[in-house]
Amino acid sequence: MKLLTCPVNGPRPVSEFVYGGEVRPMPASDCSDPEWARYVFHRSGIPGIKIEWWYHTASGTWFHAERDVVADRVIRTWLPGEGSMEVGGA
Amino acid sequence: MAYQLLRFALSREHPEPRMFRRPDRLKSSYDVVIIGGGGHGLSSAYYLARDHGIRNVAVLERGYIGGGNTGRNTTIIRSNYLTPEGVAFYDESVRLWQDLSADFDLNLFYANRGHFTLAHTDSAVRTMRWRAEVNKHLGVDSELVGPDAVKAASPQIDITCGGHAPILGALYHAPGSIARHDAVAWGYGRGADRRGVEIHQKTEVTAIDVQGGKVRGVHTNQGYIATNKVLCAVAGFTPRVTHMVGLTTPIYVHPLQAMVSEPMKPWLDPILVSGSLHIYVSQSARGELVMGASLDPYEVQSTRSTLDFVEGLSAHMLDMFPFLSNVRVNRQWAGMADMTPDFAPILGKTPVEGFYLDAGWGTCGFKATPVCGKTMSYTVANDRNHPLIEGFNLSRFETYQLTGEKGAASVGH
Repeated sequence: MKLLTCPVNGPRPVSEFVYGGEVRPMPASDCSDPEWARYVFHRSGIPGIKIEWWYHTASGTWFHAERDVVADRVIRTWLPGEGSMEVGGA
Repeated sequence: MAYQLLRFALSREHPEPRMFRRPDRLKSSYDVVIIGGGGHGLSSAYYLARDHGIRNVAVLERGYIGGGNTGRNTTIIRSNYLTPEGVAFYDESVRLWQDLSADFDLNLFYANRGHFTLAHTDSAVRTMRWRAEVNKHLGVDSELVGPDAVKAASPQIDITCGGHAPILGALYHAPGSIARHDAVAWGYGRGADRRGVEIHQKTEVTAIDVQGGKVRGVHTNQGYIATNKVLCAVAGFTPRVTHMVGLTTPIYVHPLQAMVSEPMKPWLDPILVSGSLHIYVSQSARGELVMGASLDPYEVQSTRSTLDFVEGLSAHMLDMFPFLSNVRVNRQWAGMADMTPDFAPILGKTPVEGFYLDAGWGTCGFKATPVCGKTMSYTVANDRNHPLIEGFNLSRFETYQLTGEKGAASVGH
């Protein structure tokens, strides 16, 4: 069983978590319709190290993970506001 | 026979490859370059040469022919989709499938088995009825049947699924079939090769040359090719290729895993799908049960497979067929599925002139192989989207006109 470290509850089986997708900056509310459509639908599908949202179902905790999506290796996890939002940050 | 084997073991000269030539080197230019030597790329090349007379075509494959998702799917062919666009498109594909063996002079082991999508809840029954009515309206053979029909077609099934997911009904689709997937790639490859198309294996595209919004050429690990038209048919590698031309798309990549059992005597005739138990299963001509499940729940861009998958799928298989408890799993594998938000593919022209997309197939690409080649070859040859793919263009997301096919995906995701 693959483990993921919840910043509150420590290492737990990955089946306790829900993937929330890559963190993407929301455009300003006065942006054009096509810009909004790109934000809603488009994804950076290319492989690499990404900052993501994850949710620990058992405790209702949303948090961030920095993960290599090719090797499926989690580099770090942190609560929103408590860590760098840059790849390679701390 | 033994002498021949010995002769070739000692010699540097090997017999000609059975299905197609291996051209030595790339030419400096082609009319069309197709990235991806799977079923879709090869069928597009085949119909470009056969129906449109465009034969100066190179198919570039970074691995080997049919080694990607063409060889990793569970070979189910059906047209019981939910949207009119989807039903019309896949219905044309089923029609093409039916005489493909004769067309290729190659046995594709195309077997018409009938296809049941099992409903275990009232809401699933409602969706099945909806699909049946859309299908009938468009002339596709689908109907809602009761649990008795399922039991009659597959007497070994536990109709209550262990008591916790009783089968309330099913969408029955008589044209549902399976075929031998490798042979599809070989048949299209041979047919294209005989008409002058060059198939280059172990040739990886490293960059695409775009100037003034138009495709000018392709850089590969075997050298540069000048061309004005590039068709991208690379399944789970799509985002890497669209990145080369500066396009973003709604595509995201999740692994889709599958497995086969050891071979058994034939006992399972129809193809069975359960959305609630996350199963699709058929018995191959070799007697193996070919089994698939839902997508892995998060993005991974590799073809690793997991024990969780085998455990989960086996448990659900035993709900349906308890007598399989002593049967072994022989192999498991994964493919990279390029998913879209509406579970429909992305096909046709793009904002980059001369760059055509055949992508976003997610979990549904194999059955579309013939019709995709037909429609994409038309689109590339005429620089105009084929009418059958109008509902699948990349621009639909900017106008919020999605083609919602999630209800017709094989299992709940």
